Amino acid sequence: MTVVTDAATARVYQAHARPAWRRLLLTRETAIIALLIVVIAVALASVRNFDSPLTVTYLLRDIAPILLIALPMTLIIITEEIDLSVASIVGLSSVMTGILTQAGLPFPLAAALAVVVGAVAGAFNGFLVTVVGLPSLAVTIGTLALFRGIAVGLLGTTAITGFPEEWTDLAKANIPGTPVPMIMIVFVILAAVFAVLLHFTPFGRSLYAIGLNKEAAHFSGIDVGRAKFTLFVLSGAVSGFAGVYFTLLYSNARGDNAMGMELQVIAAVLLGGVSIFGGRGALHGVIAGVLLIGTLGSALRLAGITSDIINVITGVLLVLSVVSASLLAWLHQRRSAAVGRRRGRRSAEGGAAGDETHNHASTSHQGRKQR
Amino acid sequence: MMGMKRNRRAGAVVALTLGALLVATGCAGSGGDDGGSGGGDGDAELSIQFLPKNLGNPYFDTSNAGGAEAIEEFGGTYEEVGPTEASPTSQVSYIQTAAQQGVGGLVVSANDPEAICDALDEARSAGVKVVTFDSDTNPDCRDLFINQATAEGIAQVQVDLIAEQIGDAGQVAVLSASANATNQNAWIELMQEEFAASHPDIEVVEVVYGDDDDQTSFDKTAALLQTYPELKGIISPTTVGIAAAARYLSTSEYKGKVALTGLGTPNQMREYVEDGTVTAFALWNPADLGYLAAWAAQALITGEITGEEGDTFEAGKLGSYEVGPDATVLLGDPYVFDAENIGDFDF
Repeated sequence: MTVVTDAATARVYQAHARPAWRRLLLTRETAIIALLIVVIAVALASVRNFDSPLTVTYLLRDIAPILLIALPMTLIIITEEIDLSVASIVGLSSVMTGILTQAGLPFPLAAALAVVVGAVAGAFNGFLVTVVGLPSLAVTIGTLALFRGIAVGLLGTTAITGFPEEWTDLAKANIPGTPVPMIMIVFVILAAVFAVLLHFTPFGRSLYAIGLNKEAAHFSGIDVGRAKFTLFVLSGAVSGFAGVYFTLLYSNARGDNAMGMELQVIAAVLLGGVSIFGGRGALHGVIAGVLLIGTLGSALRLAGITSDIINVITGVLLVLSVVSASLLAWLHQRRSAAVGRRRGRRSAEGGAAGDETHNHASTSHQGRKQR
Repeated sequence: MMGMKRNRRAGAVVALTLGALLVATGCAGSGGDDGGSGGGDGDAELSIQFLPKNLGNPYFDTSNAGGAEAIEEFGGTYEEVGPTEASPTSQVSYIQTAAQQGVGGLVVSANDPEAICDALDEARSAGVKVVTFDSDTNPDCRDLFINQATAEGIAQVQVDLIAEQIGDAGQVAVLSASANATNQNAWIELMQEEFAASHPDIEVVEVVYGDDDDQTSFDKTAALLQTYPELKGIISPTTVGIAAAARYLSTSEYKGKVALTGLGTPNQMREYVEDGTVTAFALWNPADLGYLAAWAAQALITGEITGEEGDTFEAGKLGSYEVGPDATVLLGDPYVFDAENIGDFDF
């Protein structure tokens, strides 16, 4: 890094060296979507009963809570934070739904209060991370135990059952004429909201900036603390909603509901191409990641594979995806450095005209990888 | 030029990842084919899945082995599926999978009486016959429940055992679980009625509560022996209590002088039976329980029974069984474990 302008020039050329279709298609997100298609194709061809409409219904119903929570989790991980307490918030919200319904509240009110409890739990996480300034990993490991403890403590080993049938039926109902559960409508709306928020608003773009470099983001006028606090509250509220859905889906409120789901959510988000170091990732990759893990599990269970083996396969897949990401980044970096040196020499005589059109996102991408 | 080369490398990495996944799913796919054709070979949809509370639990390993034995006898296909952790929601996906696979029968030990109900209902409307064993669901969610023992049977066998071991006369005490444990209290009440009716020379001097805690049960045993020097026997109708009491007795001067019986598991009690602290104790035989559940599922699949009260079916070596009220089948009297047979069990 002797001459700064050399590197800058190299980056610009780099972005233009690849045609638009390559920049759009040769991404991690596309790779995950391709994997998903391959898995579905292989399963359709070789696993008996995988092609029945029931498969779609059960699969989407079961992974709906993970899909929902993965949305705010993506945003949180992009800012280089993490929320490990989501599954405990699901459990707490489930228990609250049960207790409030049992106390005689109308179900919609009980459900709304449970979502509020989730948001408050998220705000507590957000407060400790942004105001007190503690690392989110430590904070949410603590609240993982805390919220779960409250949930189990409130109900003990008992379960509350007997929710209004019109609501439990609604949670299990399909969109008429399709094998797709109703909850997918909620998910598609939420996914659209989160996608616009993340990819098309200043707030969303600021999350990438925070993830890449918190100090730089701060000096650019981004309110880092407020952005993160908002995300933790969103995460809590969505987890609270997932808890209500979970309660209705299984018609029971128990303190140990959704135990361990945080790992499924985070695994899917990372598999979907979001960098655990922040600043990188997109929602379509994450959704494909959740669907990939869910489909793989469903197909393997149908094929009679035991849960241990399913866990091993999912784990190997996750490790491979992380390793391949690092490997790609390393190759990319070596390539860029070599190209940069050569281009740098050439540009000394040629001049660097006509490069004003480079877009901001790819520049910051390159910047990240050069780091 | 350089761009293309870089992309080729990147492409290779992606292809590798894809390939690894293909291998993984490919294995799964061929495994599925084997399972599928195996299922097709069984007569009349006699494919039966066992879904225990969780896998890797010796109790269910024993019961499911009994199920596998029965299924082999009547020529069906046996499969064991289940979650690694005993939670109701994790059982649901296996119930759903069974419905998708269109298995003939599902034998379940429920982790929650209500939470898996809807999934079981869906499976039943897909044509799967559902038998619960060991732990029941609400009666309207399943076709049959195989009950391991009745309260009367459990009370009776413990009274018989202690009466035989102390010579039908003298003081006995009861070491129970917690003071408000529903099952234990019902059994103790029935035992006291039975003592009063058939064993007038046996006096139940006290019921103490070890709260199903090993140390508390151990201390309560010690206190009982101090308080009642004439004590001839202890009944502990809880697996934690009997093991703790046996541990105290085996190292005390009362070993072999004060009789101990109750409900225990062979693995917990083996050393105390072998060293002579305990002569005999009771529980049901999980292998028989799984065996009977498999036969009941077979009878439901073939249409031999529908689960109506009064239906009868054959269960191989166990003989003939009749469906009781609430679509329940009773396995029979509890099983007595002693030095002779304890070596046959591992749970």
